[in-house]
Amino acid sequence: MVEIDTERCKGCGLCVEACPRKILALSTEFNKAGHHPAVLLDPDRCIYCLACARLCPDLAITISKEAETV
Amino acid sequence: MKDQVELVSGNRAVASGALDAGCRMYFGYPITPQTEIAEYMSAVLPEMNGVFLQAESELAAINMVYGAAGAGRRVMTTSSSPGISLMMEGLSYLATAELPCVIVNVMRGGPGLGNIAPAQGDYFQAVKGGGHGDYRTPVLAPWSVQEIYDLTRTAFDLADRWRNPVFILFDGLLGTMMEPLRTREPIPERAAPSWATTGIFAHGANDRAPRSIYTLHMPEGALTEVNRRLQAKYREIAREEVRYDEHFTGDAEILVVAYGSVARSALQAVRVARQQGRKVGLFRPVSLWPFPEEALHALSEKVRKILVAEMSSGQMLEDVRLAAAPSCKIDFLGAMGGELIYPGTILSRLQEE
Amino acid sequence: MAVLFSRPQSLTDTPFRYCPGCHHGLAHRLVAEALDELNLREKAVGIASVGCSVYTNEFFNCDTQQAAHGRAPAVATAVKRARPECFVFTYQGDGDLASIGMAETIHAAARGENISIIFINNACYGMTGGQMAPTTLPEQKTTTSPLGREAAREGNPVDMMKLLDALEGPAYLSRVVLTSPGKQAAAKKSILRAFRAQMKGLGFSLVEILSACPSNWRMTPVEALHYVDEVMAKYYPPGEVRVAKEVLEG
Ligand SMILES: Cc1ncc(C[n+]2csc(CCOP(=O)(O)OP(=O)(O)O)c2C)c(N)n1
Ligand code: SF4
Ligand code: SF4
Ligand code: SF4
Ligand SMILES: [Mg+2]
Repeated sequence: MVEIDTERCKGCGLCVEACPRKILALSTEFNKAGHHPAVLLDPDRCIYCLACARLCPDLAITISKEAETV
Repeated sequence: MKDQVELVSGNRAVASGALDAGCRMYFGYPITPQTEIAEYMSAVLPEMNGVFLQAESELAAINMVYGAAGAGRRVMTTSSSPGISLMMEGLSYLATAELPCVIVNVMRGGPGLGNIAPAQGDYFQAVKGGGHGDYRTPVLAPWSVQEIYDLTRTAFDLADRWRNPVFILFDGLLGTMMEPLRTREPIPERAAPSWATTGIFAHGANDRAPRSIYTLHMPEGALTEVNRRLQAKYREIAREEVRYDEHFTGDAEILVVAYGSVARSALQAVRVARQQGRKVGLFRPVSLWPFPEEALHALSEKVRKILVAEMSSGQMLEDVRLAAAPSCKIDFLGAMGGELIYPGTILSRLQEE
Repeated sequence: MAVLFSRPQSLTDTPFRYCPGCHHGLAHRLVAEALDELNLREKAVGIASVGCSVYTNEFFNCDTQQAAHGRAPAVATAVKRARPECFVFTYQGDGDLASIGMAETIHAAARGENISIIFINNACYGMTGGQMAPTTLPEQKTTTSPLGREAAREGNPVDMMKLLDALEGPAYLSRVVLTSPGKQAAAKKSILRAFRAQMKGLGFSLVEILSACPSNWRMTPVEALHYVDEVMAKYYPPGEVRVAKEVLEG
């Protein structure tokens, strides 16, 4: 599960750029600080590569997975 | 250990005072006329499991003092006028972070590179700030080798008591001259204070909150709050840490005001003038900040005249003017550029009356 | 649920104050992960410097001191000597480390002080609005080199790795980038080696991180990311410059 803390997100787009599956995008909505937060468009296609989280300068992304499928 | 008497220089007395106060960390950069302190520390501190480090500059030295003080150690640096100028940035940070430490200025002639003769031209710098911002540091001005030792020990206690840097200010004459020194029982270094950055794990405190020493206060009102707290502390210091010394002031009509080595000349002059039947006395500020303004004010109401003798163009003179009663006449005897003020010169001024 | 990626213990919960896409945040995370992995958080005293990272004392979940501009290596020197049992690291920008604090940096390195330095090279003064730094690249435009840096006018850049490599004191020197997960893994390895150098008492260690400052480079975060790889890393090649053999042992 890729969880994006939309209030920590600054809409920099580095996660969008990093995702090999191209399943992240910046929302058209604003968060409280006025940024367009990242959103996960298609969770089912995620390969849990962690690239998005590693490229997020604001540690807005947390990734977890059902234990048995790890 | 029994008290010991040794014949040592003022510079050595600084080192002995610091070591006997439990100071085991020294950072400095060579500059005449006080390099002897560093040389002595470099010889003894390693044997005492202490730290001596010759820094790359006074700028580095004072910031090393910051680091060590922040880590909760007793620490000192010493320098002379040009080197102290370089330390002023660090001093402002030390004062703001409220880090206890002792800084010794063995003054030489200025401004600029000046010369290496004794002078008192750094009074403003030490007493009125020197670095940026609204801060204060207690300034102690010894006049003998013994008092250099005693006040160095006192300075460490003041620094801890008030969580503040403390200055010791004297000139190269006192630094290099030899006098008998009676040292007292040394004390071990005190434990790290409760605010020190010792690592969370220190002393078994495995889960305490992280500690931070910092001087940036950006949130609205935060810096005003810090300044208010500092000023309240300074007011308390000003009430509680006034030190001065008086000689023949009881019936004095003329009062000489002098500190440090000049006060020695002044006392000599006053003694001779007394023998000649003149009612003169000496008032010697020992703490230059806080300046003993109340005591001086009280005396100024009784005497006809005050003579300020100072190896500068008149720096302490301004504080004397502020403290003295408006009715009191104030005369000045100055010397600059490393000229000394001899007892005879003061005596002739006293005899002019 | 197994957590595959989350915030390291050595960071507080405080959100970073950096601009969107600023690599300071990436660097913080890797430093904190290294502190976690080596169990250093409780022993650590971090020294913050003056620059955009002036608030690192709020972000690292360990004891910290904030040093005056450029003086962090002097402060760290004393903290380490005052408390040799502590792990002492500084976190400094290029203006801080390579300009105003050059003397402190070089002398701490020359003495072989047993401290670790994280050096954020973003080729400008970020905090004050993007002025020229000693590390500003040839032809790079900044607010104080508006025509582009030219050796004859603004002088040449400083390559800290070359300078430091001339000294005996350093036990570990490395330059890294954080632009991809793979490069971050290499960066992390460097930070771990630098920290181990101190833990083994080998002396001075420093990791230079080529770091994007999108705001002052007037680029989007993604453009800035590519600029690090395509321009900066060409001028300042990443890689280990000094590895004392004891760093790798044990
Ligand atoms: C003595 C002093 N001079 C100047 C400044 C102003 N100043 C603050 S940060 C900074 C530059 C910081 O640049 P750098 O170290 O590269 O850090 P960055 O912000 O780029 O991360 C300057 C010049 C200061 N705080 N203190
Ligand atoms: S974990 Fe990998 S695949 Fe999944 S969203 Fe993040 S970058 Fe994309
Ligand atoms: S990298 Fe982080 S801050 Fe940037 S858009 Fe993605 S989630 Fe938001
Ligand atoms: S100015 Fe540059 S270095 Fe500073 S926070 Fe913004 S992007 Fe980062
Ligand atoms: Mg910079």
